[in-house]
Amino acid sequence: MTRAAALLAAFAVLLASMLAGGTAGAREKVVVGSKAFPESWILGEAMTALAASAGASAEHRANLGGTEIVAQALRAGAVDAYPEYTGTLKEVVARAPDATQEELRAALAREGMGVTDSLGFDDSYGLAIPAATSDRFGIHSISDAALHRELRAVFSHEFLGRADGWPGLRARYDLDFAEVRGVEHHLAFAALARGDADLVDVYTTDPDIERLGLRVLDDDRGFFPRYDAVIVYRLDLPARAPAVFAAITRLVGRVDRATMTRANAAVASGRSTHDAAAELLAAALGASAPRGIPAGPSTTSMVLASLVRHLELVVAAVLACIVVGVPLGVLAGRRPRLATLVLGATGVLQTIPSLALLALLIPLLGIGVVPAAVALFLYGLLPIVQGTCTGLTGIPASLAESAEALGLSSWAKLRRIELPLASPSILAGIQTSAVIAVGTATLAALVGAGGLGDPILQGITLRSPRLILAGAVPAAALALVVQGLFAWLERLFVPAGLRVRTHAE
Amino acid sequence: MITIDGVAKTYDGRRVLGPVSLDVADGARVALVGPSGCGKSTLLRVILGLVKPDEGRVLLGGEPVGDATKRAVRRRAGYVVQDGGLFPHLTAAGNLAVVARFLGWSDERIEKRTDELARMTGIDRAMLARWPAQLSGGQRQRVGVMRALFLDPDVVLMDEPLGALDPVTRRRLQKELAELFATLGKTVVLVTHDVPEAARLADEAVVLRDGKVVQRGTIAAMAKDPADDFVAELLSAGDA
Repeated sequence: MTRAAALLAAFAVLLASMLAGGTAGAREKVVVGSKAFPESWILGEAMTALAASAGASAEHRANLGGTEIVAQALRAGAVDAYPEYTGTLKEVVARAPDATQEELRAALAREGMGVTDSLGFDDSYGLAIPAATSDRFGIHSISDAALHRELRAVFSHEFLGRADGWPGLRARYDLDFAEVRGVEHHLAFAALARGDADLVDVYTTDPDIERLGLRVLDDDRGFFPRYDAVIVYRLDLPARAPAVFAAITRLVGRVDRATMTRANAAVASGRSTHDAAAELLAAALGASAPRGIPAGPSTTSMVLASLVRHLELVVAAVLACIVVGVPLGVLAGRRPRLATLVLGATGVLQTIPSLALLALLIPLLGIGVVPAAVALFLYGLLPIVQGTCTGLTGIPASLAESAEALGLSSWAKLRRIELPLASPSILAGIQTSAVIAVGTATLAALVGAGGLGDPILQGITLRSPRLILAGAVPAAALALVVQGLFAWLERLFVPAGLRVRTHAE
Repeated sequence: MITIDGVAKTYDGRRVLGPVSLDVADGARVALVGPSGCGKSTLLRVILGLVKPDEGRVLLGGEPVGDATKRAVRRRAGYVVQDGGLFPHLTAAGNLAVVARFLGWSDERIEKRTDELARMTGIDRAMLARWPAQLSGGQRQRVGVMRALFLDPDVVLMDEPLGALDPVTRRRLQKELAELFATLGKTVVLVTHDVPEAARLADEAVVLRDGKVVQRGTIAAMAKDPADDFVAELLSAGDA
């Protein structure tokens, strides 16, 4: 019992320190969000530098997973501003693809969100062909391309599937190419470079356009919706932090397509987003660009910090799972009808896709450590409840009856006899829960909670295997450490008599 | 000491016991015998409140066995099951003292009682430090009996206590237990399907069939004058 009490105390201290860390700081704090692709990240980095130059304590929550999550984080007040595109806002947030700029503004205002004018570039879909092909056949617009059935098209899977991609485009221009294949986006450029394809879909700020000497065809029938880059912000930001708001919105109208493409190219060639953002600010704002943008942490210290955070998340979640799961398991073990209900409910929790669960938790808990730990807790509950319940119901009938016949109180029977007998099964459940937590905690980075998912996500965004491994290898090692730890815990918690296998006759 | 008054039990519409009425006098040693499924184990469980009868009632030491009293009743009765029913996570000594510890006995008192019982049963003290898995079947059974006697109960209830032992050990334990119970003067109710064992451990036997009492008396008297063919057959099969 003293061991259990010590564990409980450790859990309380850990939780308190995490909560304190999450709410500390009397200074005006501004949080900039960004999504998990380089362009969003660069713009987020630039906005953070501008906010810091206005005297705020600015934080960049980079690599948040997807539009829904960033938008939810903004509504919930966990993020103050983030870079976005008008097309995405209309489709995903306002759910009105044909809305005018004014209608969009009104729709966002109803949700407490404001939107700036264009930053000066658009990142729309487009079709591109090699400049040489364009010159030789006189193909400058999509209508021109429609006259050349022999063109070999290679499109990304997403473009082939989206209503505002190939299906709509084909209908609008009556396109009928002899060959249309779907491949991974960057493989499309490789195919083009080898001469295996003539036509690809591009984002208009894609650095490969310049690198490969491509020409974006004119969308002369105006099919592609415009994806003008804008800044989305909480409507309370201008009043709460006017200087910060003014600083961030200095980007409006100042970033042209060439500047953005250059910054994307810098990151694609392996330079840091921090450097790319500094160059983008210098190009956009000239001499008035903020100087001395604080550099990000080194990879080593970043991975170390991620590892520590990963451990904090896992330990907090698993301890909470034990505190809640074991009593639930005991309850389920006592009442078979309740067992069906409890195991069913915790089982359903496990089937919710982790990304969906995180998105559901954001309106309630914001972003960061708390929703991530809660999600891990919900995922880790079932194995412990199940382990406890199975351990108790699996006690041989003769032992259960002997225990009952002793005349102990229910609590004494549970503590002195049933729980020790069930301990191997309970511990196995906790181990499963811990291993699940170690793996699932990599997704915590999607809601800005950090952890080893941070280097992994950054690595994916930057196409850097080195960064991916810097997160994945420690995560795998951690899973092995957990296995070893439980072999040791078994010696500590499972009574020696249950591990004796010799029979001295 | 034990009064069973019109007790009956039905499982899933099948009557497995009763109605049975039976008195066991203070210090009497009674064996419940009969074939598998005759209700003898159920009857034993009813006495401890492990099975709640649909009809009738049980008095133990004058006190009715019910939901409110069953814990107190159980502490006045030692219960021994096949193979001892020892808890594998406690040492033999830990098994002996599990209820005493719950009741707040001091270490000294527990130690003293353990010594007493070890002398009584002729068990080596050093062996009591072992885990149940490290004991032989006969040793486990002796420890099971010691545990049942630890709180010095008025009554000892045993369900096929020697069923899992080899014949040699079984004979030896039958002799030891008979002497022990004779010395202690406890009221004993024993369930067994082995008639010679009943004869060795108990003064008289109660023959059960299909949940009902067929005959009661000493084995010798019943063998001489069986109530019916069933009793005659049961007792002669035991002789073979």
